[in-house]
Amino acid sequence: MSSSSINWFRFASPASFFPLARKLVPWFALPAALLAAAGLYLGLVVAPTDAQQGDAYRIIFIHVPAAWMSMFIYVVMAFWSAIALMFNTRLAAMMVQALAPTGALFTFLALWTGSLWGRPAWGTYWAWDARMTSELILLFLYFGYLALRGAIADPRRADRASAVLVLVGVINVPIIYFSVRWWNTLHQGASVSLTSAPKMAAVMLTAMLIMTLAAWLYAIAIALMRVQAIMLERERRTGWVEGFAGAAE
Amino acid sequence: MSEATLQAPLADDSAWRGIAWALARDLKLALRSRAELGVQLLFYVIVVTLFPLGIGPEPGPLHTLGPGVLWVAALLASLLALPRLFAVDFADGTLEQMTLSPYPLPAIVSGKILAHWLATGAPLVALSPLLALQFGLDGREMAVLTAGLLVGTPTLSLMGAIGAALTLGIRAGGALLALLTLPLYVPVLIFGAGAVEALRAGTAPGGELSILIAALLVSIVGAPLACAAAVRIAVD
Repeated sequence: MSSSSINWFRFASPASFFPLARKLVPWFALPAALLAAAGLYLGLVVAPTDAQQGDAYRIIFIHVPAAWMSMFIYVVMAFWSAIALMFNTRLAAMMVQALAPTGALFTFLALWTGSLWGRPAWGTYWAWDARMTSELILLFLYFGYLALRGAIADPRRADRASAVLVLVGVINVPIIYFSVRWWNTLHQGASVSLTSAPKMAAVMLTAMLIMTLAAWLYAIAIALMRVQAIMLERERRTGWVEGFAGAAE
Repeated sequence: MSEATLQAPLADDSAWRGIAWALARDLKLALRSRAELGVQLLFYVIVVTLFPLGIGPEPGPLHTLGPGVLWVAALLASLLALPRLFAVDFADGTLEQMTLSPYPLPAIVSGKILAHWLATGAPLVALSPLLALQFGLDGREMAVLTAGLLVGTPTLSLMGAIGAALTLGIRAGGALLALLTLPLYVPVLIFGAGAVEALRAGTAPGGELSILIAALLVSIVGAPLACAAAVRIAVD
């Protein structure tokens, strides 16, 4: 079967996407685990101690991938929200729903590890730095999505209402980021700046990229697992779920 | 509740007529519930009054914090007023009739938002110089603050209207509305309060005010469309 003959819209139906998602999960979960192990070994054992920051810098191997993923997942959610609104597909909205908790988790991790890193590096757990502030607001946007999603009982209405919210949010994310950065430079200058970080050793950079790849694969695997649960729950009155449940017994 | 009948023929100017119709209707309804509007204005005054009580009566810190306090209070007052934008019309079915009207829904929504701002935002702006006086702001600071509120609060109404439409008919909608809306208010707050800061730092506040106006223009174009989509989802 040549790739051009695959009908991609076939997988827009939960009944045909479910088996595919089941098959795909290990292909993402296993490499994620292997890469995480390799990245942590490189980062925590092989990488040298930093001359200025000691071993405290090693938190970047969690912090930077988490921060990247937190923003990237929101953009992916916006993409699926647009698809859900344009084509009125259930599965796209389910993907948004499946991605949101992981995005919120990465955002929280980025803030938490950043705070733990900030204490030894800058002498404070929290500064109203532009990146930290906009990351915090991003966390509020994730919470807003999850809260709106949870508050609407009808899943179809929840799909579309939260899709509108995510799209409004994604337009605002860059505006918020630039306004916060502007506000920050006005108020306190660049006293706390991450942009002038010293050049990284190659092994540190490698470890960080491996960890980013691991976080990315993890996010895909966990979203595919979560979307299976969402599909089973929301389609529980359909024939294919009954067939699946019957086969599992 | 809706005494106006929807019998307008479709014309090229149906968008403008839709705006005018919704504006006139909502302003009439707002004028009939003046007490409610007064309460919302008092909320703004009381929130602003609480800050000196919490911070202390020294003029120095109050002068520094004044613009930020007034802006945060304006955000909260705008938030408090948002549910009345659609909730009553949603509850009695008028909103559903509006989605069926021959006027374009974004036009009706625009008219409603404009009426909402005239009833809740404009009085707040008009009252602000008086409150600014209590924080010891001088004449120019007061003028810049009021100008910022004048072009910033309509943006708050426009952005907030999307959240108000999304949370229609949801229990605990008020707290949810705050969670959805306040993060989106952040840029307006930054540039609104920043305009006064710029004046104090010795630079012209024109840049901040221009950005607020730009945000307003973008919101005027985009927010009614998103808001109309949210209304359709709610009444579906």
